[in-house]
Amino acid sequence: MNILAKIIRYQIHDISRSMWLIIYTLFFLLTSYGLISFSNNIPKVLVSLMNITLIIIPMVSIIFGTIYLYNNKDYVVLMLSQPIKRTVLYFGLYLGLVIPLAFSFVIGISIPLILSGKNWLEHIAVIVYLFTSGVFQTIIFVSIAFLISIVNENRILGLGLSIFIWLCFAVLYDGMLLLIIEFFQDYPLEKMLIGFLFFNPIDLARILIILKLDVAALMGYTGAVFQKFFNTEWGIILSLSSLTIWSIVPLLIGKSKFLKKDF
Amino acid sequence: MIEISNLSKNFGALEAIKNLSVKIQQGSITYLVGPNASGKTTLIKSILGLVKPSSGSITINKERLNGNHEYRSKIGYMPQVASFPDNLAVQEIFSMIKNLREGFVDYDEELINLFKLEKEKNKRLKNLSGGTKQKVNAAIAFLFNPEILILDEPTAGLDPVSSSILKDKIVSENKRGKTIIFTSHILSELEELAKEVIFLLEGQIRFNGTIEELINSTSKHNLERAIASIMKGD
Repeated sequence: MNILAKIIRYQIHDISRSMWLIIYTLFFLLTSYGLISFSNNIPKVLVSLMNITLIIIPMVSIIFGTIYLYNNKDYVVLMLSQPIKRTVLYFGLYLGLVIPLAFSFVIGISIPLILSGKNWLEHIAVIVYLFTSGVFQTIIFVSIAFLISIVNENRILGLGLSIFIWLCFAVLYDGMLLLIIEFFQDYPLEKMLIGFLFFNPIDLARILIILKLDVAALMGYTGAVFQKFFNTEWGIILSLSSLTIWSIVPLLIGKSKFLKKDF
Repeated sequence: MIEISNLSKNFGALEAIKNLSVKIQQGSITYLVGPNASGKTTLIKSILGLVKPSSGSITINKERLNGNHEYRSKIGYMPQVASFPDNLAVQEIFSMIKNLREGFVDYDEELINLFKLEKEKNKRLKNLSGGTKQKVNAAIAFLFNPEILILDEPTAGLDPVSSSILKDKIVSENKRGKTIIFTSHILSELEELAKEVIFLLEGQIRFNGTIEELINSTSKHNLERAIASIMKGD
């Protein structure tokens, strides 16, 4: 087994015993179980789950990721004093956090679905998209969290910044778009709005599922425009590739900062 | 041999180390002393590659440090503060550290036995006291029989019994030819352990030599007063 896999393995050992991860898994289990019990309409359940996960996953990923790196600073120093490459340690820490977080989300959602005995298999495509978008959110927001805590020595500032960034993407961004629409309603804004869409990974993930479900009205103004502008296939390809860019860019910037950092 | 030449390190406007040059001979025990923020930890961390120098060079056994990592297999490092992932057990930490260096078999587990860490092996690290964590930290530094041992305040937080175990270990490893660098604020440790002294002040070397030379150079009678007089800048 190579060193990267070993670092990841021990980190998964550590995180999977953490109280926070257990609460996180339980949250998905209970939410998923609750929604399925209330409704026989699986697509509706999936839309509700999507709305919840698109708030919760970015929040937990970015906050947990930031705190994790701050709390383990001395452990990072210990590992760096071993004959290990910095790049390997960086990806080890990152994947060691992303894998358990993504795993507990997928497990938490899928167990109640499978046990419910309802016709979830008919909607397997949507479920796969739900998982894909949730995993993308984990990947993206953990890498933003890593970037923040590598760049900021001050943990209060770092944590504040994490919460602020989450708030921006999850809440303020859509509000800002609505304000723009309100102010400039006399102008043709559609194309510009589509441009704005790519700057918010949460919106991108939402579009991914909604396009698949054909319920454009549920995704707000930007989503409605998006579906009108692109047909489903192109929309999905475009949103997936933008999510990939969102996953790679902060991670690589974080890596280059990590390589240069003084510990 | 560790050779540091013209090393400087700035943290923004702050100059932590200014144009510092020093040679540390193989098999010596060197005591790195200086007031707070004099650059001791920065110097140690530069040798470990944790801090990237602004200018100058460090070579260890003729190998120049340039972001490489293999050389660190020759160094055992005991940081000032030990911290490990909260939810791992003591034995998992040891097996992890061992796992990271495949092919190494000649472990030095003397400290694990002397500190009686065996009975703590199933405890999670978050439940350990600060002193026990420090013992784990020390045991890891010595685990791979490294040629060079860098100990940052090694006895801080240890009880007198453990502290003397560690000091005995330092002396016996030095007799076997290991190079040892350590920092400490406890002056009596210096007289007991070290032969060489490097005195840092504001990122520069104020004194480098043996203890006797240090005492003679300040015309004081004992070590504590000699160091105090250098600190005051007499």
